[in-house]
Amino acid sequence: MEMLRFATAGSVDDGKSTLIGRLLYDTKTIFQDQLDAVERASVQMGSDYTNLALLTDGLRAEREQGITIDVAYRYFSTPKRKFIIADTPGHTQYTRNMVTGASTADLAIVLIDARKGVLEQSRRHAFLASLLRIPHLVLAVNKMDLVDYDEGRFEEVKEEFRDFAMKLDIADLTFIPVSALHGDNVVTRSDSTPWYDGPPLLHHLEEVHIASDRNLIDPRFPVQYVIRPQSDEHHDYRGYAGTIAGGVMRPGDNVVVLPSGFSSTIESIDSFDGPVEEAFAPMAVTVRLSDEIDISRGDMLCRPNNQATSSQDIDAMICWMSEKSVLAAGNRLMIKHTTRSAKVIVKHLAYQLDINSLSRIEDATELKLNEIGRVTLRSQIPLFFDEYRRNRVTGSFVLIDEASGHTVGAGMILGEAG
Amino acid sequence: MGGAKFLVIAPNCRNEWAPTVTCGRRTRRLASPLAYDLSHLRQLEAESIHIFREVAAEFEKPCLLFSGGKDSIVMLRLAEKAFWPARLPFPVMHVDTGHNFPEVLEFRDRRLAEAGARLVVASVQQAIDDGRVVEEAGPRASRNRLQTRTLLDGISEHRFDALFGGARRDEEKARAKERVFSFRDEFGQWDPKNQRPELWNLYNGRLNQDEHIRVFPISNWTELDIWHYIKAEQIEIPSVYYAHKREVFERDGMLLSTGPYISPIEGETLFVESVRYRTVGDMSCTGAIESSAETIDAVIAEVSATRITERGATRADDRVSEAAMEDRKKEGYF
Repeated sequence: MEMLRFATAGSVDDGKSTLIGRLLYDTKTIFQDQLDAVERASVQMGSDYTNLALLTDGLRAEREQGITIDVAYRYFSTPKRKFIIADTPGHTQYTRNMVTGASTADLAIVLIDARKGVLEQSRRHAFLASLLRIPHLVLAVNKMDLVDYDEGRFEEVKEEFRDFAMKLDIADLTFIPVSALHGDNVVTRSDSTPWYDGPPLLHHLEEVHIASDRNLIDPRFPVQYVIRPQSDEHHDYRGYAGTIAGGVMRPGDNVVVLPSGFSSTIESIDSFDGPVEEAFAPMAVTVRLSDEIDISRGDMLCRPNNQATSSQDIDAMICWMSEKSVLAAGNRLMIKHTTRSAKVIVKHLAYQLDINSLSRIEDATELKLNEIGRVTLRSQIPLFFDEYRRNRVTGSFVLIDEASGHTVGAGMILGEAG
Repeated sequence: MGGAKFLVIAPNCRNEWAPTVTCGRRTRRLASPLAYDLSHLRQLEAESIHIFREVAAEFEKPCLLFSGGKDSIVMLRLAEKAFWPARLPFPVMHVDTGHNFPEVLEFRDRRLAEAGARLVVASVQQAIDDGRVVEEAGPRASRNRLQTRTLLDGISEHRFDALFGGARRDEEKARAKERVFSFRDEFGQWDPKNQRPELWNLYNGRLNQDEHIRVFPISNWTELDIWHYIKAEQIEIPSVYYAHKREVFERDGMLLSTGPYISPIEGETLFVESVRYRTVGDMSCTGAIESSAETIDAVIAEVSATRITERGATRADDRVSEAAMEDRKKEGYF
């Protein structure tokens, strides 16, 4: 069975919680005791109907204040796929939460209220999905029941969104007219939209082709941990454990080690379950080389003719996530990129991106919470990376405030700074 | 392990496991090398292994929490896989309430010996004897809350800075929001409103003085994933997970086993029922469910069809209030 991770974006007003509740309910994922608890809580809060949002709003403060604080993860499966939903709240901290939920997503669902059309918020969500390079985007045009399932209205919303999407880099865009409340085109095809010949949402989630989204071209193996058993049986064993970040690796392959530049050959790819003939992302394996080379955590194995860029200077888009500090030129931070950690200095803030208009604010001097901009960073040691658009694993990093230890920024690499 | 291994293509393999590798007496299925596609179980496994290795690489003194329950048994297997052919680079800690199923204790000792793992026991009984915690009184007394102090004492005694736990996000709604790397302040407290964003597969493990983290490598697994994995990997689990005849009584809609730690009060009667345990914890507050599932396939069929969550069905400790788990977690619980 395949696995699909998707993020949902939108506010409660768009019917996001209802849509998720509908998916969980119709796939029989909501359990009776959970539903009972939600019903009891709804009554206690004086609600007239069972508030499905309470299924995802798990924290005491969230239920008390009627808000969603944080990304919640939900799970359901059908006979075809296992699904992981990153349910990101639309109100407060939307950017930080959506970026977090979107970072690992294969697909994003952006909800639009059919009556209201494409709002500023929908544009933001679609932009973030494209910035994080989620390969598949679904525009769920919700509340179709409130516009009498009118094909004309659906087409208008589509056109409106397409005009905007032209400015974005979206590989795969799908529009689905739904009513989450009534279940139209969510799990089963609706009789109310005979003019719609596409699949219902769940069918699309089950069938959308995700196998080609991974990078199988550029072999990248960030060394995570060196395995030396120090036992009699495996006295001379020295294996490099890690998760394949790109490409396909096989025993016999020539490899080059970054940063040393030494070459060797893959002797074997080991696992608890026996030797592995071919390893590819996201497999976690252990690689042995035929030569004794000094290799440690943070090094990277590549192919001699296909190497990651090695540089101390990188250009990147940053989403700033701290409410307590700002990002500005001169800041000193920690970077965590693949299995490397290093100190970095922010050399330059090129511009801030207005995520509503997609225009550049060239004279910006700092990035505050939830703001996005392009920066140049200088790292204390070389980093081995690819453009984020080419590889989401070797192209991404987080920034950490050294004093507080908090994660304060998420970065997507554009390339080596020139 | 080691020795000759052969690749056998199984013609009637299930969709989630493509070809098989026979290794010694065990037959294992691997992802189809032709499709470059990993099944969901293999993806979950790879993610968990990545997390184990990341913690072993970045922390001074990690430790694996082990209860003898199915989730911690799967965790132990994943940890073995992460460091094979080396042994676990950290010890295993059992927070022992003293109210154990005998089958589970026997299993714990045998399994840990097989893995060559070092066991540390943090004993609730010892904490009571030392006067660090006070035993609850009455027929409904439970040592559940006493575990928190015992656990925190164990952490400071051994100076552990990272504890692997087998919590899953599908178990409970507070856990649905908890990070894989979950920070605890010097009092062992969790602050749900002040969690670090966690992106891609990058985990920020930076600690301040006297802080530690709880790490949840199987966050993204569901109860059913655990069972499918136990089946696919042919993992042994304590016999109480399978249907057996047991003398029980009913309390608060749960079937509790009579024994040295708990017995029926007035109005509760003992009877013999075919039951199994869906979770395995403290005997005094873990309920059994009526079941005739004697095999792994029967258990999977039963779990697939059930309409009640495992904690709702079997754990008195979670029934205290809507936010029982969140409140206990804030105090430093698992």
